[in-house]
Amino acid sequence: MTALVEIRDIYIDGRSDETWMPIIKGVDLTLNKGEVLGLIGESGAGKSTLGLAAMGFTRDGVRISGGTVTFDGIDLLAASAAKKRELLGKRIAYVAQSAAASFNPAHKLIDQHTEGPVQHGVMSRSESVQDGIELYRRLRLPNPEEIGFRYPHQVSGGQLQRAMTAMAMSCRPDLIIFDEPTTALDVTTQIEVLASIRDIVDQFDTAAIYITHDLAVVAQMADKIKVLLKGDEVEEADTRTMLSAPKEDYTKSLWAVRAFERPQKPAVHTSATPVVSVQNVSAAYGKIPVLHDVSFDIHEGRTVAVVGESGSGKSTTARCITGLLPPSQGVIQFDGQSLPAHYKNRSKDQLRQAQMIYQMADTALNPRQRIGDIIGRPVQFYMGLTGKQKRRRVEELLEEIELPAAQYIDRLPSELSGGQKQRIGIARALAAEPKFIICDEVTSALDQLVAEGILKLLARLQDDLKLSYMFITHDLATVKAIADEVVVMKEGKVVEQGTKHDMFVPPHHPYTDLLLSSVPEMDPDWLTNLLNERGVDNIGDAAVDKMS
Amino acid sequence: MSTLTTLALLLVAIAAGGWMFRFAGQKATANAPTFRDMPFAVAFGYVFGASLLLFSVWYFFQPTVTDAGVPNAGVVFFRWAVQFFIISTIAAYVFRLVGRAVGTEGSKKIFRQMPLTASFGVLVIILYAITAIFAQWLAPFGQEEIFQRVNVLPGGNAATGGDPMHPLGTDQIGRDLLSRLIYGAQNTVGIAFVTTCLAFFLGGTLGFLAATLQGWLDQVLSRAVDVLMAIPSLIFALLLMTIASAWAGSERWLLTVYMILIIAVIDSTRVFRLARAVGLNIVVMDYIEAAKLRGEGLGYLIFKEILPNATAPLLAEFGLRFCFVFLTIASLSFLGVGIQPPLADWGTMVRDSAQFINFAAFSPLTAALPLLAAGAIALLTVGVNFVVDWMLQRSSGLKE
Repeated sequence: MTALVEIRDIYIDGRSDETWMPIIKGVDLTLNKGEVLGLIGESGAGKSTLGLAAMGFTRDGVRISGGTVTFDGIDLLAASAAKKRELLGKRIAYVAQSAAASFNPAHKLIDQHTEGPVQHGVMSRSESVQDGIELYRRLRLPNPEEIGFRYPHQVSGGQLQRAMTAMAMSCRPDLIIFDEPTTALDVTTQIEVLASIRDIVDQFDTAAIYITHDLAVVAQMADKIKVLLKGDEVEEADTRTMLSAPKEDYTKSLWAVRAFERPQKPAVHTSATPVVSVQNVSAAYGKIPVLHDVSFDIHEGRTVAVVGESGSGKSTTARCITGLLPPSQGVIQFDGQSLPAHYKNRSKDQLRQAQMIYQMADTALNPRQRIGDIIGRPVQFYMGLTGKQKRRRVEELLEEIELPAAQYIDRLPSELSGGQKQRIGIARALAAEPKFIICDEVTSALDQLVAEGILKLLARLQDDLKLSYMFITHDLATVKAIADEVVVMKEGKVVEQGTKHDMFVPPHHPYTDLLLSSVPEMDPDWLTNLLNERGVDNIGDAAVDKMS
Repeated sequence: MSTLTTLALLLVAIAAGGWMFRFAGQKATANAPTFRDMPFAVAFGYVFGASLLLFSVWYFFQPTVTDAGVPNAGVVFFRWAVQFFIISTIAAYVFRLVGRAVGTEGSKKIFRQMPLTASFGVLVIILYAITAIFAQWLAPFGQEEIFQRVNVLPGGNAATGGDPMHPLGTDQIGRDLLSRLIYGAQNTVGIAFVTTCLAFFLGGTLGFLAATLQGWLDQVLSRAVDVLMAIPSLIFALLLMTIASAWAGSERWLLTVYMILIIAVIDSTRVFRLARAVGLNIVVMDYIEAAKLRGEGLGYLIFKEILPNATAPLLAEFGLRFCFVFLTIASLSFLGVGIQPPLADWGTMVRDSAQFINFAAFSPLTAALPLLAAGAIALLTVGVNFVVDWMLQRSSGLKE
């Protein structure tokens, strides 16, 4: 039997600064009919580029400089534009990472769905509409009869991602390329999308290339896994072998990341004054209430993880603490003293004591300021240091975050990698010499190995400087790694709180249980078992809805 | 009807040519991707362009004087345009080569990435700046000096009605046109530059303030700007200038000051809109939030955090706005309320010699008189726009 897709010794270059830099350096890939291949690697490993190359396609500024791509006996690199037009959409389909950005907001879902089949002459429009509804039903979208007649903005993110999968299936292609289809979704939503993608790929015996950086996800989806590192193949094996016995050191290090976990600290004295105490806080955006009676304490040298899905009010709580959103009821206490509700009414010292680290280091650092200025500003502003003293302090801070000062102090943020930028964000917070730092999803935009480095750094700084952290995250693996106490939030309310130990051992509040059980595990049978346990109709949104 | 038929036939011929061109290309290159994937419209475009080029070459070599002894004005103007185009291209190319060879590493890199249009634009701007700054030394005569011979034609050739002393000729009352063009650069461009700077200072400051503070201040400023923008700008300027000329009385220089203020205020509304929009995109960034939470004041936020991130779009707008201000001044002068005689100004120069354009068919040299000043305006506008396009492309990160 010949393979469906065969990529032989492919070389792909990207243009940067007037020269061609290699992105993929001689990778082979074979995919048989009905098989699912997982492509994993860090950002910049060339996963997406290789996935697109399997369609004979390259992004602008990228070229294929060597090798062959064969799809079902057709040489895609030599094929004419007309020939490729015939294949793409009909026999090869693509599902992008952000469905919200990939749908045309001006057309209804079903109109975009039927375009492919009608253009390729597979079905008439009315047949295609019927087929679309059938696909929506199979992908377990709510109200399959009418959901297609909505516009993209009227549908939630997870549903949109499934609608896009339906669109990719509309011509019953032989190959679908999934480019990180669940990365932007919450864990409970992710399960729905994963389950429906897997089902539909099984049903129609479609081959798929599944690109992701999440190992646990790929373990559920793929028959075999290929690991990429900086454009080179590290290893390839079938899923079970790869998970149980990875050969290469790099793969082992990827697997080991999930093992990082801090020991539980002893319980604090009940009489000790907490550093930050959130007391019965309610808040609203305009007239819409978003927080209801939220209370929790953060003690010196402890990390409180605030967990919940998007829209649960985690970041709003942080905005109340920093004073960006004055609460409508309740108070924030710092070291036993009430803080003014609005940040403009707080003293310089009160502002200094509480610092913040942001999720997107790209937007958190001014792109026009050099590292020395970014970190130097709070040093000058709060400590009054200038000139040489300021520079020496900045150098100290850079050493503290494990970046060689001489090399980085005069760079711009754009000259740093994602992990380095996040470290600069940490240094800026440290420069104020605070007691308390809010970490807002600080690792969610980073690759797993880099994220682990950031978590370890934060843990070390906490021990050295007795810092208290409020750690906002939706990733329970991160919680496991760093938290002392956990606060679970849902729809603006605290559902459950307690020590990490309590939280990860049953019994739980049912919502906590749902969150915990939705986190993909490295076991390839995890999804199957979970679905059997919960029942097909009781996953994701449906499960969340039943609880409220 | 026959013209239409000819045109239709031509188009059909070009279409057939396009098809044949593609077919021949496919055969000759053994179906190379360039020809294989070429849409018909592209092939049509190639043949159409080639035909146009051939026609231009043929037209360029037509005699300038018909058999009957009447000048063939179309050919004359076409030759001037083509010659000017070729000289400009060569100048821009040489300028870019020089830029790549001389200067610091940074400036060399800029010149390496520069398209030819941008290097032409930069060259034009530099030349205009030099002319404006050194007008007193460059001009052969004073701008108010009057000579005996009036209405001397350009060219400097006595046989065609010129005068070697006045290479570009003289106007109706005998002032040297070359000198007036050079002084015009100083007056028109200088005043436009000052006005644009003022407009940017006003509009930029208020726009950033509105974006940062928002609330009622933003509402008041934005609505005020809406009201100003609702009035057609040229007519509004004309109206205000009429009032200003009554205030200024016999003080001519005061009128120029009023004009600068009026145009600056009217144009600052557009700058306000842009600065506010750009500012709004920046103030939502996390680094602004971080600075606010640090307790930073308004001045630091605007000048240290927002302004450095807004320079690219503002600079591009500066170039564009400069052209508009410059054209507004020329228009006002053309209408008689702008820069006052005897000061040389390109707008006034066009108005003074405008009627000569009627002689184009009989005497191209006479018609060239109003075209000189108009060309000076057009050249600067085109040059600035080339540079702005290039800057916009760089700041938006688009690849060519």
